[in-house]
Amino acid sequence: MTNSFADFKKAKMILVIGSNMTEAHPVAATFVKDAAIGGAELIVVDPRRTDLVDLAKMHVQINVGSDVAFLNGVMNVLISENLYDKTYVESCTVGFEELKKKVMDYPPERAAEIAGVSADEIRALARRLGAVKPAMLMYTLGITEHICGVNNVMSCANLQMLLGNVGFECGGVNPLRGQNNVQGACDMGALPNVFPGYQKVDNADARAKFEKAWNVKSLPDKPGMMMPTMMENLTKGKVKAFYVFGENLANTEPDIKHVEHCLASAEFLVCQDIFPTETTRFAHVILPAAAWSENDGTFTSSERRVNRVRTASVAPGQAKPNWLIFKEIAKRMGHEWSANSAQEIWDNEVSVLAPSLAGIKYRRIEQNGLQWPAPNEEHCGTPTLHKDGKFTCGLGVFKAIDWIPPAEVPDEEYPFVLSTGRRLYHYHTRTQTGRSQGINELLGEETADISPVDAQTMGIADGEKISVKSRRGEVQVKARVTRQVPKGLVWMAFHFREACANWLTNPVYDPITQTAEYKACAVRIDKLD
Amino acid sequence: MSETFILNGKETPFTPGQMILEAARNGGVDIPTMCYLKGAAPTGACRICCVEVKGARSLMAACSTPVASGMEVFTDTELVHRSRKMIVEFMLSSGRHNCLLCEANGNCKLQDLAYFYKITKLQFTEKDEKDIYPTEDQNPFIVRDFSRCILCGRCVQACNEVMVNRAITQGYRGAESKIVTGGDSPYNESECVFCGHCVEVCPVGALTEKKAKGLGRPWEVQKIRTTCPYCGVGCQQWLHVKDGKIVKVTGVEEAEPNQGRLCVKGRFAYDFIYSEDRLKTPLIRKEDGEFREASWDEALDLVASRFKEIIQKDGPDALAGVSCARSLNEDSYQMQKLFRAVIGTNNIDHCART
Repeated sequence: MTNSFADFKKAKMILVIGSNMTEAHPVAATFVKDAAIGGAELIVVDPRRTDLVDLAKMHVQINVGSDVAFLNGVMNVLISENLYDKTYVESCTVGFEELKKKVMDYPPERAAEIAGVSADEIRALARRLGAVKPAMLMYTLGITEHICGVNNVMSCANLQMLLGNVGFECGGVNPLRGQNNVQGACDMGALPNVFPGYQKVDNADARAKFEKAWNVKSLPDKPGMMMPTMMENLTKGKVKAFYVFGENLANTEPDIKHVEHCLASAEFLVCQDIFPTETTRFAHVILPAAAWSENDGTFTSSERRVNRVRTASVAPGQAKPNWLIFKEIAKRMGHEWSANSAQEIWDNEVSVLAPSLAGIKYRRIEQNGLQWPAPNEEHCGTPTLHKDGKFTCGLGVFKAIDWIPPAEVPDEEYPFVLSTGRRLYHYHTRTQTGRSQGINELLGEETADISPVDAQTMGIADGEKISVKSRRGEVQVKARVTRQVPKGLVWMAFHFREACANWLTNPVYDPITQTAEYKACAVRIDKLD
Repeated sequence: MSETFILNGKETPFTPGQMILEAARNGGVDIPTMCYLKGAAPTGACRICCVEVKGARSLMAACSTPVASGMEVFTDTELVHRSRKMIVEFMLSSGRHNCLLCEANGNCKLQDLAYFYKITKLQFTEKDEKDIYPTEDQNPFIVRDFSRCILCGRCVQACNEVMVNRAITQGYRGAESKIVTGGDSPYNESECVFCGHCVEVCPVGALTEKKAKGLGRPWEVQKIRTTCPYCGVGCQQWLHVKDGKIVKVTGVEEAEPNQGRLCVKGRFAYDFIYSEDRLKTPLIRKEDGEFREASWDEALDLVASRFKEIIQKDGPDALAGVSCARSLNEDSYQMQKLFRAVIGTNNIDHCART
């Protein structure tokens, strides 16, 4: 997030796109709702009628996967009607002319047709956005989980730069991160192209720095494989050993049948986890790990805040802290690492090696955490990035972007769009929530959410078991007939193994990030005999 | 130059628009409250914060009376204390406030006030048993004991004005007043999403946590601050720990970013760590495909030797790993260091992209 959660409640205008915040980020949503009942203008852009819509001034119910066209249409109106921030665009950004040329190909009528809304809605939204400053834009995986995820994100950034909203409190581009430490895992360099602190592996100076710090002769200079490539290469024999730490890939990745084939192809699979999962079935070695409350350390939240995690209970049996397991493997491979606690790892290595974290030490985050960048120990952290439109990279860069449809669109055989995500009561594959007393009572099974119109046309009753089938697989699941879902859409989660949406989802990826298109594939639904 | 008012005879600054309660607290004078909920519109429902204001016809509720320049306010007079004591006595008679049997014992504003006013017996007739609504606990997490409810309305405000889930409201009238959900249906049949904020703000024992029942009195638990393990908001939690076991989770007031708020997962889905399913020992797959228990030394030696073999035969890029976006920064740091510095490959990733 460029901005902070503390801004949510204070914001005057909020645009939520592709985020069912009340279920996926419930506490963040409470601050948005506080703002809305306090008079802020809330606009929800989402194919589903999510709960936030109850408090919204406007709900623009766009088609799944139409984001770029829709946002280009909004920008078309902003430019055509002179509603954008010319001063900001001139002084803080580059690439406006290219953007303008591109969005002129998306007059509201064309954008409206692709997005399945009216041109007037696009105009109305643009005018509202042009009228209040700053506006805060929030998005979640509805934006990123498409083959054009990067382009969707860029379009959100384009819009906010055009409106002059990046670099100010209660403005910015704010992705709500799905997992507690997905921000931190990126910051730590659990990515194939960067060391901790986003220092590139193909930069010789960065390598020299880490070679010295880690006391090794050389470090690999070629960016590695992203996860989908790793999995694919297991089947080709290019990857022989696969080390899966705390991920239940057999349920979370698209096209479960194929994923399980990949996992079964591993010559040597190590799983390190707190529970046996569908993934550990394929392991050759399973290492038992300490869980959340069983070790000290840090998580970094969506707002770039490094927060402390503390030991409150004892790990069962012989389970060990993960950092210690890695250290012991390193030792057996001839490398002695000196750090002997999470605090030593952070204070003596992470914050020394990552410039944006240099000012963050354990003693400084005993209470509230600090938001990076915090370049030195006097620095109080950074609640707002690109302050006053002064971008970290110099000028904000507009990208001219064309819309492309999802990889798989409905046809005669598979006439519905399937979109997937999380529900309030469970988390991912239920390894944790499914084992927390009481949660299963609130949500005990998966459903396929369909619209009342489709239910009526097909003669499907609420709660009736139906078949949902894609080109990858089929599940039998109860139908949940709900006004949340528009005609033509089926919505499912991936919490329950038997009716997991990922038996159906399409393993196609954004070419840059290799993020899968979980939000769109084609399915058919049938009554069971 | 800020404006001033006279608080217990002392000139005290205030900000226009401020209520007496807030201005007095800023001036170092505490006034007891029961229904007052920071961040919500004051209702003045319970009157426990009553104060004397010179010239006013009656005592005023400090939480909902704005300060005016030159106003003379007295918080510590005999009349004020007599009135507050009587309010407490009324509340004590409004149901069954028997602390011995109450989960909120030691964490109860009514108990504190009864103690402060040295109340040793009930002054008024206790509400008749048949007039008390039965306890409702059909759901897995929250017990609603109406015999302890003082109708302060904090839960209503928390639900509507703070969390904005709009499930709880005031129902019925007069002596039949009741805090209700969804037209007086049980929590689990209403709009309730089990964030538990109503429990967090309940000043008495009317709303308590089912899972925590009987597991530890407030004075027996140690509170350890930590960060929620679910989504990416980073809510700050208090883990209530007794004898090395987490018995309850609450939000950290005033903490960034959550300001004391939690969701159903953060508040109630903590006990997976105690599941019997936990992996407790390293496991190695046998020839027949089944797993057998192994020592750490055996398992780690096997991992290291297989890695070394594969590096030697196929090169370091034949190894790949995914780290965990649920686990600690320090864990991910160590894993990428293992892959880069020890194995010699950049084939390290995690689930950020999927």
